[in-house]
Amino acid sequence: MSTPVGFWNRNWGFITLAVVALAMPLLVADAYLLSILAFMATRFMVVIGLSLLLGQAGQISLGHAAFVAIGAYGSALLVTRLSMNPWLAMVVAAVLAAGVAGVIGIPTLKLKGHYLAMATLGFGEIVFILLVQLKGLTRGTDGITGIPPLTLGSLDFSQPRLYHVLVWLVALIVFRLALNLSESRVGRSLKALRRSELAAESLGVNASWRKLQVFMISAVFASLAGSFDAHYVQFISPDSYGITFSVILVCSVVIGGFRSVWGALWGTLATVILPEVIKRIHEDAVNLVFGILLILIVVLLPVKSGPLARVAHDVRCLFHREERG
Amino acid sequence: MPLMRLDGVSKRFGGLEALREVSFALHVGQIMALIGPNGAGKTTLFNCVAGADRPSAGQVFFRGEDVTGRPAHAMCRAGLARTFQHSRLFDDLTVLENVIVGRHCRTYAGLAAAFLRLPRHGREERESREQAMHALTRVGLADRAQDEAGSLPLGERHLLEIARGLATEPVLLLLDEPAAGLNDEETANLGHCVRRIRDDGVTILLVEHDMTFVMDISDQVVVLDYGRKIADGPPLMIQADPEVIRAYLGEDLE
Repeated sequence: MSTPVGFWNRNWGFITLAVVALAMPLLVADAYLLSILAFMATRFMVVIGLSLLLGQAGQISLGHAAFVAIGAYGSALLVTRLSMNPWLAMVVAAVLAAGVAGVIGIPTLKLKGHYLAMATLGFGEIVFILLVQLKGLTRGTDGITGIPPLTLGSLDFSQPRLYHVLVWLVALIVFRLALNLSESRVGRSLKALRRSELAAESLGVNASWRKLQVFMISAVFASLAGSFDAHYVQFISPDSYGITFSVILVCSVVIGGFRSVWGALWGTLATVILPEVIKRIHEDAVNLVFGILLILIVVLLPVKSGPLARVAHDVRCLFHREERG
Repeated sequence: MPLMRLDGVSKRFGGLEALREVSFALHVGQIMALIGPNGAGKTTLFNCVAGADRPSAGQVFFRGEDVTGRPAHAMCRAGLARTFQHSRLFDDLTVLENVIVGRHCRTYAGLAAAFLRLPRHGREERESREQAMHALTRVGLADRAQDEAGSLPLGERHLLEIARGLATEPVLLLLDEPAAGLNDEETANLGHCVRRIRDDGVTILLVEHDMTFVMDISDQVVVLDYGRKIADGPPLMIQADPEVIRAYLGEDLE
């Protein structure tokens, strides 16, 4: 149906990424560096989901850390308390995350711009407070320890090299799915409703259902990432799932560029590597740099021409309540 | 049986009565114009008919079915397409992609097909592309297919909205001020285009301020004033109707 050359031309980016990502364990010996790279894979999954939501469908979520938390705590609790199979627990947690996204999404996705941002921010905070306060279940700020690493037959995924290959494989699958989605009939309907919900509806797009679908998909991706992290680090506590994390996630999508799902990759690289580099210079400089980045994004908002205008325009649109007539 | 029938449709926004018990029937193959001074309720009526808004009272029948209050995406599937007064194109997509979105209501690939790029999705996409090109050809925009929609001049924007509507395979096409802002040549071109679409079997309901255009093109004219229907008939009769003249020119001084 398609020639090998055509296939290569369409997929060279993805293939290159896959080869580089999966070959890393052969090139990198440093365990710390490997764990950073593995951590990048799970971050990438979350950012991909959020990129579909923000970039394709134009809906903001400032509470996405909550879905990562649902994955992490879901896995941890099901495995440590109920001795459930970790792989099954991961699926159960993802289904739970999708369910929560569905219930939260029905009322909130009717909101636009600032209101949607506030509602999702509120949701994120509620989940965070629950994690801290439901001490009987979550052990509050002490967190949960002793989460067993993932295994499959004789494969032990606490081994950094093996784990790296596993998470990157999953991340690559998630990425491929998202790329496929963005180039499909569904993806096109998302791009349409981002520009004008009224027009999209008039062409047969059920906008509220589509927005809910993407919200749920992004919740599943986030939850999977949370589960993988929990099993690898073997310890979780509420600190990791606060508003700061949600903001970093949104930053990643914005920095990487919204229009294409590929932006998720650049955004993830930037927001994972940058802090590592800065940390070496000065421990406390990380927050400073992220603060400056955020300010830059906000300052760039009024740009009306030039290469940055498009990014600025997209960010502005996210916060616009009304569709322009 | 009329293609569409409105039965006592009213719409209130708080204390404002935008439509008061409007009734009329639209028959297959007609070009009907909806006219009236600014604020007469024309766009509100469009929204109530196309599912963008819900009538406060009254009923809308389409192809013999009561469709009152059905959402816009369901109306589209039922065979009703519309354009907007201020064009709502997807500016950052190409002209062709804009029209392909119009195929959404006639295609089925869901999440699974999209995620996994199933062969069925590929077939559907190719068909959509062909159908969309066909719709562009019908309005004469085929050579602009790969341009970004945002780069089109106003006249072509109106045509693109029409093509997008045609891609949904409508039996009824609603045009909201299609001639607004067009020069004489573009208006004439639009007139030909609208007639051709009607001759292909699509019934047309349009809102328009350009009276020459309206009187020239329509078979029937409905006049709204302050949300009420004040006249309904063929163009020549409407032009002579004293109440219509009063609504447009104001009361006599006597």
